[in-house]
Amino acid sequence: MMGKHAQNRLLAYSTPIVLIGLLVLMAGMVSLFGDKALARTMAETLVRVVLVVGLWIFVGNSGVVSFGHAGYMAIGAYCSAWLTLKPQMKSMFLPDLPQWLAQAEWPVLPAAIVSGLLAALVALISGAAILRLSGIAASIATFAFLAIVNTVYSNWEGVTGATSSVVGLARYVDQWVALAWAAAAIIAANLYANSASGLALRATREDDVAASACGIDMYRHRLIALVVSGFFTGVSGALLGHSIGVLNPDSFYLNITFISLAMLVVGGIASLSGAVIGVLSLSVLIEALVRLEQGVTVGATAFALPSGAQEILIGIVMILILVLRPSGLLAGKELRLPRRSETRQSKNTQTN
Amino acid sequence: MNSAAQLFFDAASLGGIYAMAALGIALIFGVMNLVNFAHGEYIAFCVFALIVPSTDAVAVLFLGKAPAFVLIPVLLAVGAGAAVASEYIVFRHMRRATPVAMMISSFALGFVIQNSLLAIYGGRPKAISLWPDLNTPVAVAGAHVPLLQLIVILSTVVVVCALALLLKKTRLGLEMRAAAENFTMARLLGVRANVVITGAFALSGALAAAVALILATQTGVADVRMGGQIMLVAFIATVIGGLGSLPGAVAAGFLIGATSIVLQAFLPLEVRPFRDAFLYTLVIVCLLLRPQGLFVPSSAKPRI
Repeated sequence: MMGKHAQNRLLAYSTPIVLIGLLVLMAGMVSLFGDKALARTMAETLVRVVLVVGLWIFVGNSGVVSFGHAGYMAIGAYCSAWLTLKPQMKSMFLPDLPQWLAQAEWPVLPAAIVSGLLAALVALISGAAILRLSGIAASIATFAFLAIVNTVYSNWEGVTGATSSVVGLARYVDQWVALAWAAAAIIAANLYANSASGLALRATREDDVAASACGIDMYRHRLIALVVSGFFTGVSGALLGHSIGVLNPDSFYLNITFISLAMLVVGGIASLSGAVIGVLSLSVLIEALVRLEQGVTVGATAFALPSGAQEILIGIVMILILVLRPSGLLAGKELRLPRRSETRQSKNTQTN
Repeated sequence: MNSAAQLFFDAASLGGIYAMAALGIALIFGVMNLVNFAHGEYIAFCVFALIVPSTDAVAVLFLGKAPAFVLIPVLLAVGAGAAVASEYIVFRHMRRATPVAMMISSFALGFVIQNSLLAIYGGRPKAISLWPDLNTPVAVAGAHVPLLQLIVILSTVVVVCALALLLKKTRLGLEMRAAAENFTMARLLGVRANVVITGAFALSGALAAAVALILATQTGVADVRMGGQIMLVAFIATVIGGLGSLPGAVAAGFLIGATSIVLQAFLPLEVRPFRDAFLYTLVIVCLLLRPQGLFVPSSAKPRI
């Protein structure tokens, strides 16, 4: 019989099974019973899962709030556009691209992977500087990074189209593509969190002084986490671009930063399951409010929320959750498979 | 046109706006470790309090019609009221929460205020003419300086001095400084936590209202998003100045204002649109060189 600790470690790997199962179940239900609009919403939700899980790999493990991840998203999204758009389109709208990039017409999957890699590279370079800071100073530096990306992408006329939108991206991201990436992100996040580096990083999150006294190099592990995190965030940007078909620098700025952090915090910042549950619960809420804004007929009375009510209500719900349950819905717990029955007796004595 | 005097006045007035916004953020951070993202939205709220609620493109002045000696105190009170109300409704219930949870809830509060303004006033920026005479330039030391710039510089000096007096000479000020130093210990020694926090929020809201008045007069536009940019800069100023240090926040506000004017004047023409990117890169460099900020308060010493 395995020791309790060894079994716990093994069970930690069951979290992605539970989470992916949940997503597959939802996607399946939507494609069986839902309409086209619902399938679109599901795809968007799954792209957000990739984003928020990507964000969690850094924020959840290190405890440093990053406002800069929308910047990595923008980098991934534009990179995928440069690689996949038809050369005629690029010569018209993005005339200053280098020759080889202007001619490129890549298939979508390698383009998404390279977009993620570019975002990871930028994460490595920016993180090498920013992560020398700690606490609020690090958070503000990530904010400065986001502002830099936004300024550059909103003004680099011939390469990013500046503030006029880049159009014509192949809209290949349906719910199944997004589901595959979401599953990949969840598995990678789980593997990282349970790797030596992930465990070391979580030790620094709990008590950085004690961790450094144990010989943990906080800077190195934060940087590793940021690079992995940057990869999936970059991919989520590429996916977002290819699901709505249009890119604009301002769609990767404060609003998406807000909503992704909101999802992370509502679910509970300290666990991977929290990140996924946060996305799902806020997405369901948003969808419900959007439908209410369009109007619902209950019996004889039609009833609709005024437009704009959706955003206001989401903000209010978030504040309520944070006030009532500051550590998030899951409060740092992971969803995992139940223990085997033979250890059930010992459950009474332990609390987690 | 680009004389040194001109540059100086531009830098000082922009820096003054940033300094006031940064002070508003630093005050609240000092007493309750809250990074208040709603501050920019207080500014927008105060600007929109000047006009009649409607979605028309040209604004009809509402509060703004009042003569200055009524308008200024009333608007400062509106700002203070908004900030105190937000403390009462949201942050009071989060005293035990982690700084991250509080930061995110202030983000959410800002989101609620911004979208409420959007719902009431519509998304289009509105023309608003408040004291248009103040934008007429006057000749000072060989430069043509809008009267408003002089007023901004002067009022920043007045505000900073008044705040310094308040902090040094009154009981509330003493308690605030004690709270900024070590809040738990201050409470144990009898500092009235609720009074101090409410006071800090009221002052911070009044500072936001002052910034709102200046912005509305200067730009002649009321835009729902106008608080965001200035809030970001103000944040950076509080961090660069040394978190919790009020003189640091003011100094860093002026420093950022001056740097951005200098960049605007001396960057080559083709990279000038990227000015903000250079500014924020300098910010990161500055943080790397002095992670604790330029003016480190004694409470921010490392604990080992």
